[in-house]
Amino acid sequence: MSAEGWYLLFPDAPGVSIAVLVVLAMVTLYLARIPVHQAIRSVTRALRNGMRLTARSLELLEQRLVARNREVLLSAGREAAERVVEREFERVEAAVNRDLSDYPALHRRLSAAIQRIEEDYQSHAESPPAPEDWVHAVDTIAKISSPRDTMAKVLKDIQASIERDQALALAEYRKATTARHRLLSRAMPHWRHLVKGIDSVSVALNRLLERSRSIDRYVEEYRSIVRGDERAERALSSSSLTQFFIAGLVLAIAVGGALVNFHLIARPLQEMVGGSAYIAGFKVSQVAALVIILMEIAMGLFFMEAMRVTRLFPVIAALDDRLRIRMGWAAFVLLFILASVEAGLAYMREILAQDDAALIAQLAGSADAAVVSQQWITSAAQMGMGFILPFALTFVAIPLESFIHAARTVFGVLAVLALRAFAFLFRLGGNVCHHLGALLIQVYDILAFAPLGIERLIASRGEMDKTARPGKVAEV
Amino acid sequence: MKTRNLLLGVAGLLLVACSQPTDHRQGVYMLLDTSGTYTQELTKAQSIMNYVLAKLDSADVFAVARIDTASFSEKDIIAKVSFDEQPSRANQQKRAFLENINRFVRDVKSSTYTDITGGLLQGVEFLREAGTGNKTILIFSDMKEEIPEGYVRDVPLDLKGIQVVALNVTKLRGDNIDPREYAGRLEAWRSKVENAGGHWRVINDLERLEAIIQN
Repeated sequence: MSAEGWYLLFPDAPGVSIAVLVVLAMVTLYLARIPVHQAIRSVTRALRNGMRLTARSLELLEQRLVARNREVLLSAGREAAERVVEREFERVEAAVNRDLSDYPALHRRLSAAIQRIEEDYQSHAESPPAPEDWVHAVDTIAKISSPRDTMAKVLKDIQASIERDQALALAEYRKATTARHRLLSRAMPHWRHLVKGIDSVSVALNRLLERSRSIDRYVEEYRSIVRGDERAERALSSSSLTQFFIAGLVLAIAVGGALVNFHLIARPLQEMVGGSAYIAGFKVSQVAALVIILMEIAMGLFFMEAMRVTRLFPVIAALDDRLRIRMGWAAFVLLFILASVEAGLAYMREILAQDDAALIAQLAGSADAAVVSQQWITSAAQMGMGFILPFALTFVAIPLESFIHAARTVFGVLAVLALRAFAFLFRLGGNVCHHLGALLIQVYDILAFAPLGIERLIASRGEMDKTARPGKVAEV
Repeated sequence: MKTRNLLLGVAGLLLVACSQPTDHRQGVYMLLDTSGTYTQELTKAQSIMNYVLAKLDSADVFAVARIDTASFSEKDIIAKVSFDEQPSRANQQKRAFLENINRFVRDVKSSTYTDITGGLLQGVEFLREAGTGNKTILIFSDMKEEIPEGYVRDVPLDLKGIQVVALNVTKLRGDNIDPREYAGRLEAWRSKVENAGGHWRVINDLERLEAIIQN
């Protein structure tokens, strides 16, 4: 028997052999049908239940994560709102200190001005002319019975006297009026001063009113966050996502700046730490350059923290004000020193680059290295960059803080999405297992179709016999 | 207790990472064939040496030796240098090295025999002693070995971890008549180097020198 035909029971009649084998296989399948069905059902049920259980666990985890995300979001929002309200109050305090701190003095000045105006007003009041005494004298003289000529002379004298007095009185009146006008014109600056003072108070009060309206709005937002309103949550979530992308973009720009910085100082550092030493697969000079840049970023973070621009380190924020400011100065001084060192390294880099270029030119066979005119521009630019970039990197602290805060929310949302997707996949997998089991049973029955057909035939005959039997009884 | 174990584990990992540093230094030993008319090709060798000098960095090692009648000798080393850790000092060393080589090429005298195996043995010894991480032997020759009578060169070579690069393998008159001689010569050297555990390469196009030093 050849190896190929080992399965042939009758090598001379392969057709018969195959037919016998098929019949045997069908019979075997038929006999093993019930245990195999049970086994398939058990396995698929176990798989389905396991997957459904996993999906349920993932859903529960997702719910917990959603609650945690909400808590984190609201907590971050509450903190931010608190900070905004706090800043607004600080601004109000500053405005009050700036605009209204001299209010008592202003009040005194206004009172003095009003008093002076009052006095001027009193003093410039028009005094009525004195009653004419000579009117009674004329009446008396008119009643005297005396010769007409004498009377006429007396009256003429009186007329002359009256006219003279009248002229004097008129002159006196005009003089008094002029004095009053002078007093009034002297009161004008007091009026202006008064109006200006009142205007400034009005502007300051309006500004305060605006601030108070802003505070009202922020406090309302804060209350909404504390209540956990859905609207506030949506707003915070959207804001967090925006913050994440904006801060990420700014951080990417900062990484670009740090890379430029790195290349400025990595080559000259080889002169200090050697060009062949390695740490964990990286050149020591590169590691040193990286450490310097990271130190600059750390100093920048401390500086920003000490200035209370960021709040990444609660310990620094909780420090005594004097100590905090001293710490800020210390960070600034260190940053300045590091920036100066970098400027020096950048200058050294240029010198080394020129030396390298000269050597390469010599090796390439040219007599002299190509001398670049205006070399000082490159040196100055490199030094400037070496000095400025560390300070520019200081501002990384602001987007970094936003990124860290926003990342908590964003990664939380992503984790929720991932859990949801996995839960769905497990549930789907469970259902697929269930239906796959049913399909396998059907396929199994197809393979054992002949014995099953016979069984069905026998069963149907039995049924027919059963149904036929009562008829026979009836016939009897 | 858990924290302590974790810290110990991290410290252990760091120690392992630091205690097994990879040596990135390059060691290059270049053999120059000075036999017969091949000395006329030495100007080409100069450009290769310049290229190698430009490529080598701080703490690398470079030596140039000639192949003559009996090359297994320190006297055949024309110039050798271990570059300083500081790149600027290494540049100065490269300039001095270049001067030495130029002087040699100017005053070179051709030898009667070509003891390539002796030079190879000397190169292996030099590179093993230098202990660089990467080792390369450049052979600037037509690879036709001619050993004087009495010299034993059928010695086992140990070229493990060494790359052997044959440069500018020119065709001889006999190769033109029967090219199988040329192919057979190269094949014999390839099997000799590879059987000794080395890595064999041939670069005839001097415009493709960028692959000359292994990384």
